[in-house]
Amino acid sequence: MSSFSDGMAGLNRFSAGSYGIPEGMNRRHFMSHLAGAAALAAPATAFTNSILANATDLRKRHKSAILLWMGGGPSTMDIWDLKPGAATGGPFKQISTSADGIAICEHMPEMAKQMHHMSIVRSMSTREADHMRGRYYMHTGYVPNPNVEYPSYGSVIAHELAEQVPELEIPPFVSVGSGSVGPGFLGMTWAPFVVDSNGNVRNLDMGIDPTRLAQRMEMLATIEKKFIAEKRGGSSDDHAKVLDKTVKLMTSKQMEAFKVSKEPKEVQDKYGATGFGRGCLMARRLVEIGVPFVEVDLGGWDNHGGIFPTLSNQKLPELDKAMSALVSDLSERGLLDDTAIIWMGEFSRTPNINGGGGRDHWARSWSVVVGGAGFKRGVVVGETSSDGKEVVSEAYTSQDVMASVLKSLGISLETAFTAKNGRPMKIANAGKVIKELFA
Amino acid sequence: MQAACRCAFRLAAHYLAADYRSLPLITAHYIGRSLTERFHRERIITVDRKNRIRVAAIGGVAAVVFSVTIGSAKLPAADDHFGLPQVKFINEQVAAGWTGSSVQPSAAATDGEWCRRVYLDIIGRVPSVVELQKFVTESSPTKRPELVSRLLGDDYYEDEYARNWTDVWTTILIGRDVANQMVSRPGMRQYLRRAFSKNIPYDQFMEELVTATGLNTNSKGVEGFNGATNFLSGKMEENGAQATAKTAQVFLGLQVQCTQCHNHPFNKGKQNQFWEFNAFFRQSRALRKSEGDQRWVEMVDEDFAGEGGNPEEAELYYELRNGLMKVAYPVFIDGTEISKNGYLPGSLDDGTKYGVNRRQEISQLIKASPLLSKAIVNRMWGHFLGYGFTKPVDDLGEHNPPSHPELLDGLADQFREQSYDLKELVRWIVLSKPYSLSSKATKGNVRDDPALGEKPKFSHFYLRQMQAEQLYESLLTATEADKSQGEAAAKKKDDWLKQFIIAFGTDEGDDSTTFNGSIPQVLMMFNGDLVKNATGTGKGGFLDKIASGPLRNPAKIDMLYMAAFARKPSPKELDVANQLMVARKGDAVGALQDVWWAVLNSNEFIINH
Repeated sequence: MSSFSDGMAGLNRFSAGSYGIPEGMNRRHFMSHLAGAAALAAPATAFTNSILANATDLRKRHKSAILLWMGGGPSTMDIWDLKPGAATGGPFKQISTSADGIAICEHMPEMAKQMHHMSIVRSMSTREADHMRGRYYMHTGYVPNPNVEYPSYGSVIAHELAEQVPELEIPPFVSVGSGSVGPGFLGMTWAPFVVDSNGNVRNLDMGIDPTRLAQRMEMLATIEKKFIAEKRGGSSDDHAKVLDKTVKLMTSKQMEAFKVSKEPKEVQDKYGATGFGRGCLMARRLVEIGVPFVEVDLGGWDNHGGIFPTLSNQKLPELDKAMSALVSDLSERGLLDDTAIIWMGEFSRTPNINGGGGRDHWARSWSVVVGGAGFKRGVVVGETSSDGKEVVSEAYTSQDVMASVLKSLGISLETAFTAKNGRPMKIANAGKVIKELFA
Repeated sequence: MQAACRCAFRLAAHYLAADYRSLPLITAHYIGRSLTERFHRERIITVDRKNRIRVAAIGGVAAVVFSVTIGSAKLPAADDHFGLPQVKFINEQVAAGWTGSSVQPSAAATDGEWCRRVYLDIIGRVPSVVELQKFVTESSPTKRPELVSRLLGDDYYEDEYARNWTDVWTTILIGRDVANQMVSRPGMRQYLRRAFSKNIPYDQFMEELVTATGLNTNSKGVEGFNGATNFLSGKMEENGAQATAKTAQVFLGLQVQCTQCHNHPFNKGKQNQFWEFNAFFRQSRALRKSEGDQRWVEMVDEDFAGEGGNPEEAELYYELRNGLMKVAYPVFIDGTEISKNGYLPGSLDDGTKYGVNRRQEISQLIKASPLLSKAIVNRMWGHFLGYGFTKPVDDLGEHNPPSHPELLDGLADQFREQSYDLKELVRWIVLSKPYSLSSKATKGNVRDDPALGEKPKFSHFYLRQMQAEQLYESLLTATEADKSQGEAAAKKKDDWLKQFIIAFGTDEGDDSTTFNGSIPQVLMMFNGDLVKNATGTGKGGFLDKIASGPLRNPAKIDMLYMAAFARKPSPKELDVANQLMVARKGDAVGALQDVWWAVLNSNEFIINH
């Protein structure tokens, strides 16, 4: 007990204020407070068993992926695989791009200048045309199964790449604007960290001095451990691990990465003053400091009615500006070779235009776009029929896209997880690599 | 009221006794059915046209038309099922599953653990220290059924019971997303609070929601409010596709949303069934209305002319995946057809009746379906036991066989026979053996873990995290904060809950929550205003009262532990707490604040165990 009091000596300058961590405090310093507090109870706390190096050099080479998630199911035949002249084709014209022989929608003029960095897979064919099922399937490579919860892209990639960035103090899987899909059997420590596109993280400040926080954590650890030792089930264990991650994050300078407002105005302007624009800019900042997986959400693609004005006036300009800024920015900063970009939604929309001038759910023939990392750039894979209703080349699935993304990041496709029931789960549901996407 | 034969009697005696158990027991018999209840205030019993007995608060004149016997109070039996055959049935069925799979049940939960569970699950919050002490120190062998009766029957808990189930059903019926302009959450809540205060039979509840017409908002000076309309008012777009899917999912446990566009990939669901079910909603519309700055939605039934223009054979068309159009008329999932007429009921000058109200018809068909009671029994079992007999609880399709089919069927039959009384169903489940087991797994049952993809055996209590609403109410209780009810309090809670909602950007308004054990939740618990207030040290507050009270320090820590965990601290926990006392150098309330903060942030608090 006396050693505990000693541990507090000289710490008065961290008076309770409005900061979780006082100015000038770094993580190592905070850890020294915890070390003092550990005298409270005999065993060292569960929350502090990994004292980390003071991270000054974060620009080590590391792989990352950014998923641009188009919630609602975007009509890819109006964006990436146009059918001008067909009855199903809609009013949009196509324009040529910086990639030889690739044409895309006229309402994507900025992306047209970046297509030499990207590749289009036009031969996706899937079966899930319900939002929740499609969302789950495209995020995990598995159809929903009542008995097993599968991990999403973000959880899998974070799980595989986190050890490349031991100095990372913020969560390895960040989801901007959307909840993504959860970590499934990998556990809550690999859950997406959900933030809004302004990068505001709520409730970061405790407003007490770090010594006292450390003492509170000691008390908390004592309760947590007792409960875990009673073997009541996995969720009590998970809770303790998430506590650990939370303390890490609260005391990290890396939280700055969420603050897109710190970027120069011209950079912010380039991405666009939209939620998706800020999200893409945040993704670049997060990738820069080593976050292995960032998902940025752009919803509003569920265009059952009045699809064409919605696309040309709202959705496509927002997408075009932000996505092109992200691609060119990553490229200019030399990050693109290590960062995979995936653009997709849960499915696409019917080639037939319905009575309300909209398109309904359609999963049989559609496109996804990938680029960066180890992907071959500026190519088109696969082909659909002249009315867009059929894939007329080899068809690809969610599993195949996932396998290809993993390959582009250098993650072995031989990786297998053990689900909680002991069953081995092959990564990406044993999907096959889309070979045309690799040189 | 005019439709039902309203037979009522009035009990002449008034009981002044405050002690619940001393009240006489009244049994009313009517055509082979009986209802037994202790009346501790004026009540009226009505019998509807299905010969079901209903009990409601008194009003108006009454006459005795059926026999009423007033007997002495019969206490619940002290056997392992408290004299309730339904509890015996559950116990036997679940135990048979243990034997069949060589699983050993865990020991019984402590009184404190069990008490915390029933408060959380029935009224949506942890017990207060006083409530807990009262239960734990009682020695009656029947104290458990008595507590359940109090939570289900006492006036004192009526508001809290209604509030909790209003929270649960608001989420089931309209989700958590607050953005849908066609839905009034206050309107929905107003309906639900009334429904659960009156404990209306579940089949009637379904009927009121599925057939509701009127205004969804209780606007000043506008007549015709019916909060039940909010179930469907936000689901009528695209010809009521969402109304179709949600009605089937919530009340029949059938997931039909996929069959909107194609035959179901792995069950018998066919695309025509979706559209035949959808046909029942084609007379209904949700109309946006406004007057001055007031806005509301009106749910109406109108004649449906049919997409072919012949109202007497009012059909609809849907598109197959190959582009062909097919016709559909209202046909229920079991193949029952109703009139194809699209006119609402009316009569010609010569008195000939014509027409049909399609939503009325489907509500009657749902009532007659065995799936109605199966779906609610499965949902309620899942609410109390952590896992339903199927996962998810609202998918009873043939591709998803239940873990305990006989138990599910038997309980569903009992529920129907007991007039769809939700409180009875609650009573059977919480008094059953599986609900009373410890959450501590043993060597004999550690493999019974549905999280591993096994079918649940219910051999130990499965952990689950509190819902955000439960946490909110529990913090108010644990800190003895102002527990005002009503719409202002509900609004405040809604505002707090908003921070966890994530919308998915689809037309269907799908949403999810970050109150799921991830970092944002922990940050909220660490540093958010709710916990800041709960751990506040202001004069006259919870912590201040304990700190300045007469208790010795260890007893103060005991208080905090009882309030949050329904147990006392272990010696080791007390030791760490004492060190905090020393560290705070005599600032007792500061030290209690540290302990209380840690307690509220622990797994043991946030998890229902």
